[in-house]
Amino acid sequence: MTRKLVLGAVAYDPKVITIWDGFQRYFAARNLPFDYVLFTNYEKQVEAQFDGVIDVAWNSPLAWVQSVHLANALGRKASAIAMRDTDCDLTTVIAVRSDSRFASPADLNGARIGFGAADSPQATILPQAFLLQAGVSQATIDGGRLFDVSLGKHGDHVGGERDAARALARGELDASCVLDANLAAFMNEGIWAQGAIRILARTPRYDHCNFTVLDGAPPELVARFLEELLAMDYANPEVRPLLDLEGLKAWRAGRTQGYQALEAAVVRSPAFARWLEAARHTCK
Amino acid sequence: MRVLELGTLDHATGAATLLRRALALSHKGEQLLVRGDSRDLGFTLDVFARSEGHRLLHEGTHLILECGGSAAAKRAGARRAGGPNPTLGEVESHADPRWGVAARGALLEAGGSHFDFTLLERDAVWAEEASSLYRAASAAQWDPETAIPWAGFEAAPLPLEEALVQVLTYLIENETTALLVPTRLLPRVHPHFRETLQLLAIQAADEARHIEVFTRRATLSGLELGTSTVAGRASLKTLLEEHEFSTASLLLSVLGEGTFLSLLRFLERHAPDSVTRSIMSLAAQDEARHVAFAVAHLRRFALQDPAVLSRLSLAVERRHGALAGATGLSAEVFDALVVLAGAGITLNAIEKGHARVQQLLAEMETGRAHRLEKIGFEPDEAARLAALHTLNLM
Repeated sequence: MTRKLVLGAVAYDPKVITIWDGFQRYFAARNLPFDYVLFTNYEKQVEAQFDGVIDVAWNSPLAWVQSVHLANALGRKASAIAMRDTDCDLTTVIAVRSDSRFASPADLNGARIGFGAADSPQATILPQAFLLQAGVSQATIDGGRLFDVSLGKHGDHVGGERDAARALARGELDASCVLDANLAAFMNEGIWAQGAIRILARTPRYDHCNFTVLDGAPPELVARFLEELLAMDYANPEVRPLLDLEGLKAWRAGRTQGYQALEAAVVRSPAFARWLEAARHTCK
Repeated sequence: MRVLELGTLDHATGAATLLRRALALSHKGEQLLVRGDSRDLGFTLDVFARSEGHRLLHEGTHLILECGGSAAAKRAGARRAGGPNPTLGEVESHADPRWGVAARGALLEAGGSHFDFTLLERDAVWAEEASSLYRAASAAQWDPETAIPWAGFEAAPLPLEEALVQVLTYLIENETTALLVPTRLLPRVHPHFRETLQLLAIQAADEARHIEVFTRRATLSGLELGTSTVAGRASLKTLLEEHEFSTASLLLSVLGEGTFLSLLRFLERHAPDSVTRSIMSLAAQDEARHVAFAVAHLRRFALQDPAVLSRLSLAVERRHGALAGATGLSAEVFDALVVLAGAGITLNAIEKGHARVQQLLAEMETGRAHRLEKIGFEPDEAARLAALHTLNLM
């Protein structure tokens, strides 16, 4: 039987099936034997890749950092082979009400800050690290409110950010942390009235998802996958709806310089250390 | 380089709308200098560029968007599916199932999934008259409450009232069939042939109204409804089993409703009261439009493809064969028509009524042959097929 390239993705939304079924048809039409497996959380997906269940993982930035550290612990090597154009140079915005007194992030000491899911790089981990550096106390961060929607999905489900945005609008929070592209989206949805919200601060740029492969993945299949992926053209009506669903105009070669801030923030976390210790013993 | 002035607009106040407009017709690599006074202008352009596939360049204090070509890429392969007007130049001969429910004349983005419409050929569902008949139908819609003089109603003598209720009972099941046939065809017609959809929809609405007024009149005098015969229902069932658009048009509209036109005019002439007279007159006006569309469609279809006539002949023969074991117009309905036409049950009245019904049946057959000739049948063949029509009339 022909060996298929098997990709792992996390089912954070029903559209994930539409996307990967569509890509599967696209690859099949180009003679790339391809299948995919969906996971309910990124931790299981990372472990499954080390167990050889999947060849390529469509990883969140946190899952990428987890993969790199697990690979280091197990003497293996992880590579980021591709990402979306929209995965590069993101920022998170600290949004406050326009009529609030806050002039800089440090003014948020003692304020009520809303974050996304506990494991969301963009709505929780990175803005918390940013605020700490900007002079906000650990006690203020710890006293912030987490909007935990779909833990294990690393904030892919935008519901947590949206709930925090609503809480800010209702006056239950003084600030909330939002992926920059979601700011306009929440305005368009009417969650925030025009003029009601302003940007207090913006984190440094960071990168988001990538396709991760480990050493030992079938090189020819991975090369074919990458070739077909990068050849996807937004002008092709067969693939355009899938790119729209996945939120990109073009795939790009992978890069890893946009994950340092996240890595620095998570390696200090006891939860990360616990997961890594457990995974290095259970994974092959 | 083109310049876009955003004033105070930014991400929070609709800047993206002007940015998209400015870049809609740009080619990849084309540059747009964006100026504005919002303190969040840089943020706005940064996020916009990333999400829309453009590049943001900083040249000194200038902010320049370099088009990534996504808008042009999105239009690649897009085409207009015909035009909005019901002329042959604008109604395509074949409708692509991918066009789905898009407006005729809209610019259709390429791609998308197939819709399950099965009637995709213009000739198979179309008539140039569809548009004007639809407009006429819209203008001629009547309100049963005000169009019919219910207030002045006086019941006819019992034998006439009983006969009328029996005929109305028969009409209701026929009109129910006439509602279901276009309704079942409607979701199969590709919406590119919009006027046909509209006409089928208003035809169904006509029948719904007929069912309402026939029922209301039948129960006005307090009598129970009449009999529904097995043979009558069997005859109508064959219409519901007709799945081909053109043969359904022939059997239901040209032959069935065409025959009913004569019946409704007959009932209008011999109505025992003004309510019935008014109902029959209004219903006949509606039915005439249904017949007109079917005749126009089939005449056109047969001109395009001469094989259509033989397919239609076969359909008439097939239905005749299917109903060969049936008894035709029930004695209940026939007798009721005789009583109504003679305006009573005296010997004289019955004799007079009987003659009138015989004459009606002959007129119906002549009318059918006449309409079949209009479609394109030779007179002999038209007469032969007219005689094969169900004795149950619809």
